[in-house]
Amino acid sequence: MRKEEVPQDQGIADGLKEVTYAVDENGDYVLVPSTGWEPKNISNYQAWEGIAEQIRTARQQVLNNEASPLAYHMARNLMDVSLLAQYMGIMRWRVKRHLKPRIFMKLNQNILHRYASLLKITVAQLQDISLVEELKIPGQDRK
Amino acid sequence: MKIDYKHRQSAHCENGATAGLITHHGIEISEAMTFGIGAGLFFGYIPFIRLNHLPLTTFRVATGSIFKRVTKELGITIKTRKFSNQQQAMDVLDETIARGIPVGLQTGAWWLPYFPDAYRFHFNMHNLVVFGKKDNSYLISDSVFPEPVVCAVDDLRKARFAKGALAPKGKMYYLSEVPDRIDMPKAIINGIKTVTKAMLKYPLPIIGVSGIRFLARRVESWPIKLGHEKALLYLGQLIRMQEEIGTGGAGFRFIYAAFLQEAAVHLANDRFIEFSERMTLIGDRWREFAVRAARNCKGRAGNEDSYPAMANILMEIADLEEGLYRELAEAVA
Repeated sequence: MRKEEVPQDQGIADGLKEVTYAVDENGDYVLVPSTGWEPKNISNYQAWEGIAEQIRTARQQVLNNEASPLAYHMARNLMDVSLLAQYMGIMRWRVKRHLKPRIFMKLNQNILHRYASLLKITVAQLQDISLVEELKIPGQDRK
Repeated sequence: MKIDYKHRQSAHCENGATAGLITHHGIEISEAMTFGIGAGLFFGYIPFIRLNHLPLTTFRVATGSIFKRVTKELGITIKTRKFSNQQQAMDVLDETIARGIPVGLQTGAWWLPYFPDAYRFHFNMHNLVVFGKKDNSYLISDSVFPEPVVCAVDDLRKARFAKGALAPKGKMYYLSEVPDRIDMPKAIINGIKTVTKAMLKYPLPIIGVSGIRFLARRVESWPIKLGHEKALLYLGQLIRMQEEIGTGGAGFRFIYAAFLQEAAVHLANDRFIEFSERMTLIGDRWREFAVRAARNCKGRAGNEDSYPAMANILMEIADLEEGLYRELAEAVA
């Protein structure tokens, strides 16, 4: 790739310039900052669409009272039951139980606090169903 | 406190951290040289390892091995530590930077607050260098970013003890002793030997140039075996692995070409300039593959973007790479 061909396609990187390697007019390799490349933007948006879809599903389940708000926050933090259980230091089956609305309602403050602090929200936010919203895909609203 | 550490943006975090630490200790070395001597170039299509439920394709060696190889080749003594106690891990980090030694860390990118949302994944092999501490924050040279960054103590602690696959377990590393004289040509030759051997002779059909051919045959069969939708997800994943932040473009092929160009000077051998040019052309072919794959993902594929056509490009790339590695292997034999 030649220096003048280094793509500058705004997108997923959302302003961050990455280093790309290209050859200059003398044939020497130079480091050229790039704001992005369309094929890369396309493939990344494809991945983010998948994530957004998972969050949408979780959100709907919470709104239908089929899952606890924890299910939404787990998806929103790109976690699965296994990872969340590891961070909480509890068994997976317990996390799975906590994803059920009826069990979640009865959780003690201590465990709620631990979930909330891990997810960097307050206990009130963790419990508030009105806060579950759809994902904004990075860099896309700017396009 | 602040160590006089020179921050340089690089394409890949491990190359950047390694090159930065070595340069700090008086051996001026570029990212490309680090990558080349560290024998970072690789190819593997590993369908039974899944990332987001999609097969893993890798264009470089496993993380950590570049740092290990470069320091070994240059005769540098390193210290590596993992911790079970989080407080101890932070204390030892503080003590080490207080002694004026910049420290490399393996971290989970998810917990680093300066990461843009688009890059915040539960990815646990992100390397950075800590070079100071001020007001309960660390001064960090994260080579993926154009400028040094700061990170609160608590956030860095979480990043060092991220959970999940390949958890860092507080891993830190630094250089403890650097030799007065280094044999750069020998290190370069060994680095090239390791790469050509892995790419040509690895005894698994999914690795090296045979791995590229294996992938080519798979790509051709994807729409039939997986159906249209899923085939596109597989293609998208492939582009991401090839072009994701850190590869410098074309799955590290351009960085390697830059290394070969520098190698020509160190080895005083003009053939390496030609090798470098050929590697650049190979990189261009990989980019062309990504362009066609992306057109499929976007639903704008023309006839020239069919799966057999994409498989053909990969087959051509495999031939070109094989020819180049054979000549390279001869040149350093």
